[in-house]
Amino acid sequence: MQTTFSSSRILLPVRPWFIALSLIVALLLNMLPTAWWPGVPDWVALVLCFWSVREFRKVGMGWAFLLGLAMDVADASLMGQHALAYVLLAYGAAAVSRRILWFPLLQQALQILPLLFLVPAIQFGARMLAGGEFPGFGFFAWPLVAALLWVPLTFMLLLPQYQPVERDANRPI
Amino acid sequence: MAAFDHTPPPFFKRGPAPLAMLTLYVAVAVSLLVLDARFHYLDMLRQVLGVVTHPLQQLAHAPARGVSQAGEYFQSVDALQDENQRLKHAKLENAPLTLRLQQLEAENARLRRLLAVKERQPASGQVAQILYTARDPFTRRVVVDKGQQDKIAAGQPVVDDAGIVGQVTRVYPFVSEVTLITDKDQAIPVQIVRNGLRSVVFGLGNGQLELRFMPANADVQPGDLLVTSGLDGIFLPGFPVAKVLNIERDTSYSFARIICTPVAGVENFGEVMVLAQREAPPPRPEPAEAVDGAPEEKAAKAKKKRPPRKP
Repeated sequence: MQTTFSSSRILLPVRPWFIALSLIVALLLNMLPTAWWPGVPDWVALVLCFWSVREFRKVGMGWAFLLGLAMDVADASLMGQHALAYVLLAYGAAAVSRRILWFPLLQQALQILPLLFLVPAIQFGARMLAGGEFPGFGFFAWPLVAALLWVPLTFMLLLPQYQPVERDANRPI
Repeated sequence: MAAFDHTPPPFFKRGPAPLAMLTLYVAVAVSLLVLDARFHYLDMLRQVLGVVTHPLQQLAHAPARGVSQAGEYFQSVDALQDENQRLKHAKLENAPLTLRLQQLEAENARLRRLLAVKERQPASGQVAQILYTARDPFTRRVVVDKGQQDKIAAGQPVVDDAGIVGQVTRVYPFVSEVTLITDKDQAIPVQIVRNGLRSVVFGLGNGQLELRFMPANADVQPGDLLVTSGLDGIFLPGFPVAKVLNIERDTSYSFARIICTPVAGVENFGEVMVLAQREAPPPRPEPAEAVDGAPEEKAAKAKKKRPPRKP
């Protein structure tokens, strides 16, 4: 698979343990004490969205549901609140994945943005129905930051799949 | 005919249709939401998952804890001596009150025995450290480092050196969650110290509390201290809760709008005391008219058993 479908660079196949590792690291980042500052992205949602776009056969709604439950327990929020948001995010990401990878990275980020906005919007809706207090507009700020991080994140998470450039005059491919 | 079969060849198989899986997961998630928000059935599942997430959380909080401990270590001797001096002063200032307290308590107990009034339950509990704020921005909760291992149970009151901080609402094996009194769902029965007026104080969610359903001409003044009345059978009576900040008396409403600020350092980090559970209050008297029919009796019994916290 390539960085985008329009690039000619061929990537190595992804290693499953690397996907698992990146998701666990994202979970860990979400549990840092800084995670509730306004604007700090929901790392699990971002990494999950990334893998759902690139590898929708390997990372899908099952992972999203389990990670959502883990986040619900860690956050002491309503059970199923993160799970619902992540499942819908994973579905949306898989649905647009065939189209989105044809665009350059910045335009990909722009198209990911509404998907990421889905996550706080669903959580907000669920909690308001259950009678929570208004968390402030800072709660809706992180998808913007997360969309800005899409480009560096793509390069970082694809690093293990890049292969050294070796030119062989006799075998061009 | 087999050559014109329209099913895709097996190497393009993707398992069940994504839309079917989505429907399944969304249905499960929504039913979890309803079960948790309406019926509070999922504490067991939460505890099981908590065993998995707890080590991760500990790991995530380790750097911050290390930094703060290092900060404490490098705090200058000056600051420590200053604090020591201040604490000694405070102790001396309080000495006349505390020295007589034991004698007063003994006297109180004796007088109560003489009057055949039930004796007051002494307050006891265990000290807990606030670990972190729960990340959920919709509620005001903190997590303390005592759990089922230390015999903490949901419903126990939590106080600091100045007054009521909150109430334990969820207990995990090693930690427990405390809902602060400023949370939107938290309500505490209180009494005004000055005139003994009873009411219930509700959290507002913005760090303040509100005394609701008080008539516009009620005898409440700014600066009044509210203490727990103990009528709920959960909080011991006499713990300071809040001070009245301001009162809006609008003649177009039948109730006054009374805003209070908590006395305890509710939004601060530090050590708190989890008070032991109160002795069960005497059973409520039967209602005047006798109830007959099984379902009604059952309902009356269910009413008597109080939930630890209003859902």
